[in-house]
Order: sequence, then structure tokens, then C-alpha cells
Amino acid sequence: MYRIIRKKELNPTVTQMEIEAPLVAKKAKPGQFIILRVDGDGERIPLTVAGVDREKGTVKIIFQIVGATTRKLNEKREGEYIQDFVGPLGKPTETDGIKKVCIIGGGVGCAIALPVAEEFHRLGARVVSVIGFRNKDLLILEDEFKACSDSLTVMTDDGSYGRHGNVTVPLKEMLDHGEKFDMIITIGPLIMMKFVTLTAKPFGVPVTVSMNPIMIDGTGMCGGCRLTLHRDGQNVTKFACVDGPDFNGYEVDFDEAMSRGRMYTDFERHAYEQTCNLFKQA
Amino acid sequence: MALQQKKHEMPTQAPEVRAHNFDEVALGYTAEIALEEARRCLNCKNRPCVEGCPVNIDIPDFISRIKENDFEGAYGVITKSSSLPAVCGRVCPQETQCESKCTMGVRFEPVGIGRLERFVADYHNENCKKAPQKPQSNGHRVAVIGSGPSGLTCAGDLAKKGYKVTVFEALHTAGGVLVYGIPEFRLPKSIVAKEVDTLKQLGVDVETNVVIGKTLTVDELFDMGYEAIFIGSGAGLPNFMNIPGESLKGVYSANEFLTRSNLMKAYKDSDTPIMKGGSVAVVGGGNVAMDAARTALRLGAEKVYIVYRRSIEELPARAEEVEHAKEEGIEFRLLCNPTEILGYNNENDPRDPKNGFVTGMKCVKMQLGEPDASGRRRPVEIPGSDFTLDVDTVIMAIGTSPNPLIKSTTDGLEVNRRGGIVVNEDGLTSRKGVYAGGDAVTGAATVISAMGAGKVAAAAIDKYLSE
Ligand SMILES: Cc1cc2nc3c(=O)[nH]c(=O)nc-3n(C[C@H](O)[C@H](O)[C@H](O)COP(=O)(O)OP(=O)(O)OC[C@H]3O[C@@H](n4cnc5c(N)ncnc54)[C@H](O)[C@@H]3O)c2cc1C
Ligand code: FES
Repeated sequence: MYRIIRKKELNPTVTQMEIEAPLVAKKAKPGQFIILRVDGDGERIPLTVAGVDREKGTVKIIFQIVGATTRKLNEKREGEYIQDFVGPLGKPTETDGIKKVCIIGGGVGCAIALPVAEEFHRLGARVVSVIGFRNKDLLILEDEFKACSDSLTVMTDDGSYGRHGNVTVPLKEMLDHGEKFDMIITIGPLIMMKFVTLTAKPFGVPVTVSMNPIMIDGTGMCGGCRLTLHRDGQNVTKFACVDGPDFNGYEVDFDEAMSRGRMYTDFERHAYEQTCNLFKQA
Repeated sequence: MALQQKKHEMPTQAPEVRAHNFDEVALGYTAEIALEEARRCLNCKNRPCVEGCPVNIDIPDFISRIKENDFEGAYGVITKSSSLPAVCGRVCPQETQCESKCTMGVRFEPVGIGRLERFVADYHNENCKKAPQKPQSNGHRVAVIGSGPSGLTCAGDLAKKGYKVTVFEALHTAGGVLVYGIPEFRLPKSIVAKEVDTLKQLGVDVETNVVIGKTLTVDELFDMGYEAIFIGSGAGLPNFMNIPGESLKGVYSANEFLTRSNLMKAYKDSDTPIMKGGSVAVVGGGNVAMDAARTALRLGAEKVYIVYRRSIEELPARAEEVEHAKEEGIEFRLLCNPTEILGYNNENDPRDPKNGFVTGMKCVKMQLGEPDASGRRRPVEIPGSDFTLDVDTVIMAIGTSPNPLIKSTTDGLEVNRRGGIVVNEDGLTSRKGVYAGGDAVTGAATVISAMGAGKVAAAAIDKYLSE
């Protein structure tokens, strides 16, 4: 059992928790993830490590309430326990040789992008961040990004905060103006990562995307997390949990990944409604 | 009294009933049947069955004790060589091991050794409530990686000798394939849980949610004070065929399908989703394929096919499972090989929710040609024999490749060309104090061989640490 040390609502649909898990805290690097189970009947869900406190032995996770499991997790209070918490899984984000990086986060993906930005900042790289949200109410982590970025642009889809438009707008402007990046790292909805990749393509800047498919074990045992890379004219199957979660954006088959992500939509809607009803009765 | 020529039948749930539940299929011999069956053993001098057993259980001896009504005594004989009789009695491929060598089998059916083993183990579990004695500690600490049959056995044998053993398991439940792979209807999870509980009573610590190579490394385990390590991390990553369409929705590896159903309890009402109903094709012919097919049936599939590229003779699954699968109505498409998985695609509406789901599987018929390296006749395609099976779900059960996680984080740990960990006859790897066994060494094999490897390594570790 793993204790919830702190819980904080970042916005009405996004919650941050600090979980006591000393072994994970000792090892986790930016870009890695954990898998948790809320209770004995729960499903296993992956969440990216949003920060660690090695001294206190805690791991920070940030999640959006999207389905039955994240809803159950959000019902837990400080001091309560979650059943299982395993990690750190996956490979850490590559930082070697990168002197100037553009970090592009979308929605709750910003929670994953933040520790990556902080790590580059700590290593002395120049960090240019762009973070995007649907609207002002969903904005998270602005101050934290400010603290670790040499420049920060906030975008909202409806213009209710920062600049109006999506994250590819400032990216294209910068690239048009001749800004050079050693790497663009983008984390967020698949559709956003796809378009960031397409925007960067004409400029030949390498793009790393962080994939978050449906997972079970997270150790390479089931293959449920597989995705297809197009490499040298061939299709290569990779397991996101062990080969990723970071991949070369130019190789990823985003359309397939989006389709696979919707495999259980009906089931989830049903389960979500059931938990909603449960909470109503309670 | 004339000798009964056939094995006593195993009482089972009727096929039409069991096809819709997850309760155990085979119900086990009663004491009366067990006595009758034991009497079929000729107690012959040369004891070929013992040779046929991968861990050389003294089979005639345990059967003699059954004849004398001494069931506990029989249990004692078996557990001298095997740690998991209730498991092995249920899942061992007896027809290619002990029973294949039985003298009775030369003219008649062999003695039902597996069924008798199961009877004895179940009798013991039912009647012996004595909690195991926690032995006097000898002060040495050993780490075991993985809680499958090899790890559980190694841990148990060492604990009985007084070692302080910690088992590290990546998943949230201990048991390895016994909990995530083999379904409830063939191996009730309560049996596995009991084995794990017994270990705990012997003083073994079971640490779930620890992935060695990620959470901790082998070298860190030594730093933490473990003096020897056993790696029993299992067979690894599922293979796919690399045919078009394998990423469509509705295509699973058997590991994923079975894990969702067994470990994550999708077969009951849990939060973990799984595709139910419709038509299902399972590709492969081993135990894994049979388990996946029969699980799909129980989850509500209307039609389940086994698609296997060789013929019935080469089918590697236990004979009993093949028989049970057939009785339950699983259709065998032998000498067939998939070439493509077909998916739904509404060109006019990219948002059609049916897009990307499996609609069928294209196959080609095969015939058997010359024997290949494995000595089995190699299947070759019959040109122009393509046909399509209409299915909604495809489950790939075509084997595994070793997981590189531990090797890549352990300096000096040698693996072979296929990625299996290299060991000597004691189970010792290329690293001092590091032993390995089970599927991690051999590739996907059997419970009994994994169990045997755990025993060998435990004895070697004991010797190493006593020196
Ligand atoms: C569906 C199915 C049906 C089968 N049916 C039969 C049958 O009828 N008869 C038979 O004899 N055999 C059968 N087998 C094969 C048999 O189950 C295996 O040969 C046997 O379980 C291997 O045991 P093991 O101890 O080597 O590994 P496993 O049982 O695979 O256990 C390995 C354990 O190690 C854990 N692990 C892996 N990596 C790490 C890590 N890095 N850190 C920590 N833990 C780790 C895994 O999570 C797992 O729990 C079947 C297998 C499957 C999949
Ligand atoms: S989650 Fe099972 S292999 Fe990646």
C-alpha cells in the first residue's frame, strides 16, 4: 500500500498527488512513468512521473479525471492509501548533447513536460516552452514553467488567456524566424503531437514525442502498448512501455495510435457512468 | 480380477455447462477412483516412468502408498522431488513425460499418474491443516527475482533450510504464469495463493511491484546485503507474426488477453475491459492458444477458431486440453496460416466508431513438406488456397522472446543468441552468486521444468553459501 502524502487540485479536472514510494523516488528520471492500481479490483493505469522528492521518498503524479479509474483515484484523500504503485518504468528522456530545446506541452501533458523542462534547465540548456490549453480554467503549472524556461508562451484555443490559437502557431513563427533547436520535445494529445511533428518537418528539426498508450503490465509482457514506427520504408512494432515512452515523432504512426487509443471507449463510458452512479448513491 | 485396460475417467463438468463458466473443468478423482487407478500400476522393476519425469518423482512408490490408503505418505514421497504437486498434477503434459513411458501404456492406456498426483495433493491440502514450521534462521539472505514456479520453488527450498529469502515480483500478485496466464478453469487461483501463503509462513518476504532492472538492479540487491540471487523472470515478450493488420483494434497477444481476463479479473466484473462476444480466431497450437480460445468462449464468444499451421500430430498443447477444447465446441482450422488481418474502414466517414476494428482474417492452407530442424515436417503454403475467416477478435499465441530488462542492467550476465540466460548444470550464470532457471533460461517451457530448475539452483545456492 502506498500513502498519499499530499493532494492538490490544479484545476477542476486535474489533480496532483504526492505518493510515498521511496524506491521509485530514488530512481525516477524525467520522462519515466509509473503504473498504479487504486484498489483490489482496479485496472492498472500508467501515469508519468511529474516530479520526485528523493529525500522525502515521494513521487508526484498529475492526472486528469477522464475515466472510472482516475475518478476513483481522485476520490482518495490525503493520508489514504492506493493499492499498487510500481516504477519507474520506460526509458528516461534523452538529454545528451541538447543545448537548446523547445518543449511543447498540451493540456495535462504539461505535467509530464514540466520535469523534462526542469531537467534541461538544470543541465544548463536553453529552454523555450510553449504550453497550450483549451481555455483559461484549464491552465496549469504556468509559474513552474516560467521558473525553468528562458521563454514561455501560453496558448488557449479560445483566447481566454495568453495567446489565441494552438501550440503550432508560435512554433511555426519561431522556426520561420530562423530559430534553431537541437530538439523539439512535445507531450500532449496525440493529435497535437502529430501536428507539432508536421509543423517541424519542413525545417528538419528532430522531434521527440511522448506516447501514452493503453498499458497493463508495463514490463514488456503483454504487447498491449504496441505502436508502429515507419522506419526506412518498413513497419517496425515497438512496445511503448519498454522501448519508449519517447519516440522519434517522424517515425510514429499517429493515426493508428489514435485509433488504438479508442479501443475501449464504449466500455469506459459505461464504467464511468457506473462509478458516477455509485458516488451519487454513496 | 481382470486388469482395467483404460485409465479411469476424470470426472469433469459437462462441456455445455463449463463452456459458460470459469469453474474448474476437471473435478478430480474421488478416493475410490484413486484406489482403483492406483491398482493398475504394475509396480514394475525398471520404473521407466521415473525417467520420464523431469524431476524424477518416485512414482511407483507414491502410487504404492495410495494402494495402502496412505495418502499423506504418498504426498511425502512426491514432495521429496516436487514443490508444486497440486499445480503439476493439473498442468503437466504427462502424456509426453511420465505416462509416455509407463509399461501399462505399451499395450493399454498408461496409469493416470498425473490424476493420481493431483488427487494426493488435493487430499493433503484438504486434510492437512498443519501450518509449516518456520525453520531456524541461518543468517544468510537470498533474493529471488520473479514469483513463477521456478522462483517460488527456489524460495521455498531455501527457506526450509533457514535462509532469509525475499521474492521480488514486478506485478501486483505473486505466481507468474500461474496467475496471469493459466486460467481459473484449469488451475484455480486459490491453489497458487495457498502455495504463496505457505512460503510466507516459512518466513519468505514477497515484495510485489518491484521490477528488477528498473526499481532495483541485481547489483543493488548485492549492495543491500543479499548474498546470492536467483533469476526466474519467465519467458518475456510476446511475438507477433508481422503480417498486415496486427495493430487493428481486436488483435491481442495471448499474454494480453489472458492477463486481462485472469490477473485483472475481466472475467468477473472488474474495471479492466476486454473484447467479449463475436467470433474469435486464436493463432497457435500450444497450451497458451488453448487457454486463450477457451477463455474467449467463456467470455461469451459465439464462435472460436484455433488456427494452426501444422497438423493435429504436431499440436504441442496437452492432449487433455485439446480434447476439452474440442468438446466445448472450439473449431480447429489445422494446416492454415494467417496472412493478413482485415479491418473496417469507412472511407466516407473517418469518424465512424467502427473504423479500425477487426472484421476478418485472411489465411492460406498449408501442407506438410520435408522435416525441418525441429524434426517436424515443415508446413508449406498451398498456392491459391486463400480464404477469409470472419472474426472480430484475433489472438496471437505464437511464442515469446526473452525480456532484455535484467540482462541490459546487469554487467557480465551472459545470454545466448536467442536471449536466454546462460547457466551451467547448477543453474549458475556467468556472474558469481547469480543463478537462473525456468523460462528465462530455456524459453517458454513447462511448469515442472521451471520448478525443477528452481530446486537445482536452491541446492547450488545452499552449497555456495555454506562453503
Ligand atoms: C497461458 C499459458 C498456459 C500454459 N500452460 C502450461 C501447462 O499446461 N503446462 C505446463 O507445464 N506449462 C504451461 N505453461 C508454461 C509454464 O507456465 C511456464 O513454463 C512456467 O510458468 C515458467 O515458470 P517461470 O518461473 O520460469 O516463469 P513465470 O511463470 O513466467 O514467472 C516469471 C515471473 O517473473 C516476473 N518478472 C519478470 N521480469 C521481472 C523483473 N525484471 N523483476 C521482477 N519480476 C519479474 C514476472 O512478472 C512473472 O511473475 C503455460 C504458459 C502460459 C503462458
Ligand atoms: S504494457 Fe504490456 S507490454 Fe507494454
